[in-house]
Formats: sequence, C-alpha cells, structure tokens
Amino acid sequence: MKPILKVENLSKDFVKPLDLVAKALNKLGQNYREEIVHAVDDVSFSIFKGEIVGVVGESGCGKSTLGRMIAGILPPTSGHLKFELDESKTSKIPPALLTQMIFQDPFSSLNPRKRVIDIITEAPIYHKLIDQAEKQTYAEDMLQRVGLDPDTLQRYPHQFSGGQRQRVGIARALAVSPDFLVCDESIAALDVSIQAQIINLFVDLKDKFDLTYLFISHDIGVVEHIADRVIVMYLGRIVETAPIQDFLKNPNHPYTNALLAGVPRLEIGKRKYEPIKGEIPSPLDPPPGCHFHPRCRFAEERCRVEKPILIEIAPAHFSACHLNDRA
Amino acid sequence: MSKALDPILKISNLQTHFFTKAGVLKAVDGVSFEIGAGEIVGLVGESGSGKSITGFSIIGLVDAPGKIVGGDISFKGQNLNQLSNEQMQHYRGNRIAMIFQDPMMTLNPVLRIETQMIEAIQAHDDSIAHEDARIRARDALGLVGISSADERLRAYPHQFSGGMRQRVSIAIAMLNRPDLIIADEPTTALDVTIQGQVISEMQKLCQETKTALLWITHDLAVVSGIADRICVMYAGRVVEQGSIESTILNPMHPYTRGLMGSVPSQNQRGKPLQQIDGMVPSMLNLPNGCAFQNRCRRVNDTCLTKQPDIMHLADGRQVRCINLPEEYKV
Ligand SMILES: Nc1ncnc2c1ncn2[C@@H]1O[C@H](COP(=O)(O)OP(=O)(O)OP(=O)(O)O)[C@@H](O)[C@H]1O
Ligand SMILES: Nc1ncnc2c1ncn2[C@@H]1O[C@H](COP(=O)(O)OP(=O)(O)OP(=O)(O)O)[C@@H](O)[C@H]1O
Ligand code: SF4
Ligand SMILES: [Mg+2]
Ligand SMILES: [Mg+2]
Repeated sequence: MKPILKVENLSKDFVKPLDLVAKALNKLGQNYREEIVHAVDDVSFSIFKGEIVGVVGESGCGKSTLGRMIAGILPPTSGHLKFELDESKTSKIPPALLTQMIFQDPFSSLNPRKRVIDIITEAPIYHKLIDQAEKQTYAEDMLQRVGLDPDTLQRYPHQFSGGQRQRVGIARALAVSPDFLVCDESIAALDVSIQAQIINLFVDLKDKFDLTYLFISHDIGVVEHIADRVIVMYLGRIVETAPIQDFLKNPNHPYTNALLAGVPRLEIGKRKYEPIKGEIPSPLDPPPGCHFHPRCRFAEERCRVEKPILIEIAPAHFSACHLNDRA
Repeated sequence: MSKALDPILKISNLQTHFFTKAGVLKAVDGVSFEIGAGEIVGLVGESGSGKSITGFSIIGLVDAPGKIVGGDISFKGQNLNQLSNEQMQHYRGNRIAMIFQDPMMTLNPVLRIETQMIEAIQAHDDSIAHEDARIRARDALGLVGISSADERLRAYPHQFSGGMRQRVSIAIAMLNRPDLIIADEPTTALDVTIQGQVISEMQKLCQETKTALLWITHDLAVVSGIADRICVMYAGRVVEQGSIESTILNPMHPYTRGLMGSVPSQNQRGKPLQQIDGMVPSMLNLPNGCAFQNRCRRVNDTCLTKQPDIMHLADGRQVRCINLPEEYKV
C-alpha cells in the first residue's frame, strides 16, 4: 500500500507574546522573555489510503495543531508534509482542496448569513468544478449524501439542529470531492443520540467516496470503534502509535495505559478508578527527558534526562518509552 | 429498596416551566425521584432534556422567566419550595451544595481560595474561630487530593488548572458536610486522567460522609460506574428509572435502549453503530402523546395521542412507555 500522506519531523511553535505588565517591567530592568509553546514537537508518521487514523490525547497535547497543519490551514514551523494525491484529480482540483477539515463547532464554522445552497457550492463554483447552472442539483445531491432533506437548501445555519449543522459542514467539505478529511472533535458538540448518526455517516462516506481520515477525538471509545490505527500524543509528541487491534490488546506506553484505564466504560458494578496522579504539566514548561516522567510510576533516572524516541516494538507498533530498551 | 424508606430528597411531580415570548417551555414536566443517604443517583439524558433545570429547581436557583409551577421537593421532610429566600439560603451551601460544570460558577476570581473557603464555613457557623475555619479548609483540600494545601490556600483560582479548580469547588461543596450534593456535569470538561481522579474522590467522600449525590451527566459510561440508581430524562420527563444494574442489563424504554445501544463499546468494531434516528422535538412544540414518538421503533397509534403514564415493573423500575412487552407489566 502507498501512503497518501507522509509527515516528516513536523513541528509547530507558538510564541506567547509578553503582556503589557511584563513589557513595562522589562523597561524597569526586569527580564521577562516571550514564552514558546512547542505545540507539535517533531512528529513523523504516514497515513495510508482508505485508513481512519485516530488521534487521542489530553487537552493541549497538540491534536488540533497537527490537524490544522495537515489540512493546510496552519503553516508548520519546520518539517514536511508530503501528499501522494490522485493525479487524475489534481489535474482538475487544486491540491489544497483535496484535504478538508471538519470542526467541532458546526455553528462557528458556517457563515450565518449564507444560505445552505451557497455555503455548499461556494468553493466548487469558485474553483470552477461546477457552473452556476449546476448549482441547485449539485447542492441537492450533496445534502442527500449527508442525509439531509434537499428541501432545506434555502435555509440558514441557525435553522438547523446541531446534528444537522454538522451534516451541512460535512456536505460543504464533500462538495470539493476531497481525498482526505481531517475531523477535529467533529462529534464532541453533538447529543449522544446524534453522535452515533454522524459516526455512521463518516464510515459510510468513507466507503462510498474512497476517503481517508485523520480523526481527532478525546473520546477514546469512539476512536476504538472506528479507527484502523491510533496515534497517542502527550505534550506535543507522539508517544505511541499502533494498529487498532494491537493498540487495544497490547498498549505499551505507560501514558497510553493510564489513558485507557481512565476511560469510563458502560458496565455493571461499581467502578474503581485508580487514576494516575498529578496534573498535566504546562506546555510552556514541559518536563525534561520523557514528558510523562513526573506522572509515571515506572520513571527512572534516565527518564528524567533523556528523551525517549519512537521505536518499533511490534509490526507497525511504535512506542517512545525507555522501558522498551530493557527487553 | 431500603434506601427509599427514609430518603434525603424526595421529588414528586416537579414542574418547572419557562414563560418565554415564544410560548411556555416545559423544561421539567412531572419529574419524580428519591435519593437516600449515601446514595448516588445518575441523571442522564439528551441536551435540553431538563437535567440542569431539575438540579436548579432543587436548590432554588431557577430565575425568571422560569418558575416552579407544580410538585413538591421534600428535603428531609421539609418542603423546599415553600421556603422563603432567606430560609432557602440557609439550606444552600450548608445542607445542600451544588457543583457546576464550570467551577468558576462557584469560585470568585479575585479572592484567594482561603478567603472563599473560610467565608463559606463562617457563613454557616459564625461561632467558629478564623484559625479553626482555616484548618478545616486546609483539610478539605487535602481530602480532594490537593497536595501542599497550606500553600494552595493562599493562591487565586487562576493559578490552578481546570481539574484542580474543579477539585477546589468540590472541596467547597463538601465544607459544611451537606446531606445532599447536586453535581452538574462535574467532570465533563476534564481530561480522562483528571476525570478519574475527581470521580474517585467523590466516591470516597460519599461513602465516608453518607452524603447523597445527584450526578447529572450525558455520559452513560460514567454513571454506570458510580451510580446506584439512574434516571433517564427525555423532553422534560423521566422516561425510565431504576437500579443501575437492571437498567443497564435490560433497558426498557425505547429511548434508553437506543441510548445504550449507541455506545461504541456495545457495538462490534467495524459494524455501524446502532443509532436512534431523527432528532429531539422542539421543547416549545412537543407533540401530543409520547415525546419520543417520532424516533421510536415501537410506536403505535395510541402513542400519538396519549401521554404515557409511569409503568411500575416488578424489579422496581419505572418506565414511561405505553407499549412495554406484556411480560414486564405488573
Ligand atoms: N494560536 C495559538 N497561539 C498560541 N498557542 C497556541 C495556539 N494554538 C494552540 N496553542 C497552544 O498549543 C498547544 C496545543 O494546542 P492544541 O489546540 O493543538 O491542543 P489539542 O490537543 O487540540 O487540545 P484540545 O483537546 O483541548 O482541543 C496548547 O498548549 C495551546 O495552548
Ligand atoms: N432561561 C431560560 N429561558 C428559556 N428556556 C430555558 C432557560 N433555561 C433553560 N431553558 C430550556 O429548558 C430546557 C431544559 O434545559 P436544561 O438546561 O435543564 O437542559 P439539560 O438537560 O441540562 O441540557 P444539557 O445537557 O445541554 O446541559 C431546554 O430546552 C432549555 O432550552
Ligand atoms: S410510548 Fe410509544 S412512542 Fe413512546 S417510547 Fe413507548 S413505544 Fe415509543
Ligand atoms: Mg483541539
Ligand atoms: Mg445541563
């Protein structure tokens, strides 16, 4: 199989500018510096055609930043993204369009003053994929694909429920016939009973239109259900990635294990949570060595000073933990 | 159910309506349930189904255009909705405490944690000396797993992470050893590992202090691991309630069934999730008959015209559905 996307040593830094107080104090001889967040810190991986790759990890670990770089809406600080796109398509469609992003909040990502028909057809018309005469039928077709009534074409976003708005967002993304969808918490804002509908829709569309997904979610249960492969991030770095079966059966990294152990499961009987201790450290000042060491019960001296690198511990299963050197 | 003998909280036929310009919105419409000492009851349901408003009604925080228009809220035998504002003030924060999804609803950003905690203690016991109150506040922080509590007491809320702030608001809720805590999505905004920490502290506290806990959430999986009983709300009503075991093993209401069925772990990987089709009707424009009719697989003609009454099942469960399989009716 050929990768559709190769990510090589990708990094993104954000500079947190000084606030007014710090600037003023600096004038008085203090030495406040701008702080740098390594939101994504040297990550590399590949995604194969037709895969659903889940990205999990706690708040602030860099999932959205990674997704936005892949979707082409945020330039990397360093590193490369190499897409291997379908040439029959790239001749007609600008490559940038072939990766589309679907956001968490369907409301803020849709223009409230535009009708659905215009929201959906704006990009395809601008890029001359369709002409004005085809607009109506094209939009109707897109709405049907995502399970919405074509009669709703003339409505504005606020006239839909949350789940329907998310469908409109998906229809808009599909309208440029992308190869690759980046879904960033795309079901998090939806009602429980609507989440299942949208998850099923994603899987359904994947089969119908040959899509590949990067599926970002803090809901590990959902990722377990639909992903073919999982990437676990912690403070900007990938700590583990594995095919889903192996991920569930043999999670390797202590952080992955902590994460999986903390997932609430629908089951009978009082659950005893034995959470790992401590807070998630500030990304402005991550711990040296292995970022996870202050919370890790296996941490040893080496973990405090040396950054562990990803090594392949089983076919296609990579983990970044010094414990793996022991075997 | 021995707990039902002497419940801490007994709600009967609670109705809280909002009188909006667009019409009357029956946010809570005939809700009844009980919570015993040390018991944890999970209140789950769709967004907008009335979970928070049920909690706000209990603690007397419903504001205009909302109003409690019917029913009783009996707390240790005292009917709360007959109390004056001042009398209610005495219960609030003292005998009954609330934890919000956003801890900043509890915390004051411009006061040190210490000041806020000591005030909360002294508000309900003016004879307690400042230093004694401080010690109690410090111990309370320790109880929710905050280390170096002495130092933390001197901090302001913004110096804490989200998870830490939520733990402080739990500590404040526990300060006066209330008989009842209403926790509205207390862990929803937290990360998995931090959620685990908070849940385990709350479980311990309820066991040790016999505090009754109403845990409001949309997350069935969280409820299944901590609650003794569960109430499932849909469009302002409790459509099913019962012990957590029987409800999860064998959900009876079509909505509960659909909800449980759509949890990913209940489905085989690679297969489509079971889903509830359609969407929730507008709360301002509920249909005659059962509010779930447009999404229900068991719907029949009677459902379209008659509001389902509560059916009592042999295992103590209560289900609002006309159309239950014959063998479950008693
Ligand atoms: N535009 C920005 N400017 C400055 N810092 C940023 C910016 N965007 C993200 N960050 C920081 O980069 C880090 C990674 O953020 P990101 O949004 O990628 O995390 P995430 O994993 O998506 O978190 P969440 O689960 O909360 O969505 C965080 O520390 C965040 O504060
Ligand atoms: N101040 C208000 N004015 C008018 N309607 C309101 C007001 N507050 C709440 N409602 C309505 O009351 C109903 C119940 O709201 P409630 O906040 O209890 O829902 P919930 O079950 O807690 O939902 P969520 O899971 O989204 O928190 C909703 O339909 C809501 O729109
Ligand atoms: S009363 Fe009818 S519509 Fe309502 S849940 Fe039962 S079967 Fe479905
Ligand atoms: Mg994000
Ligand atoms: Mg609520």
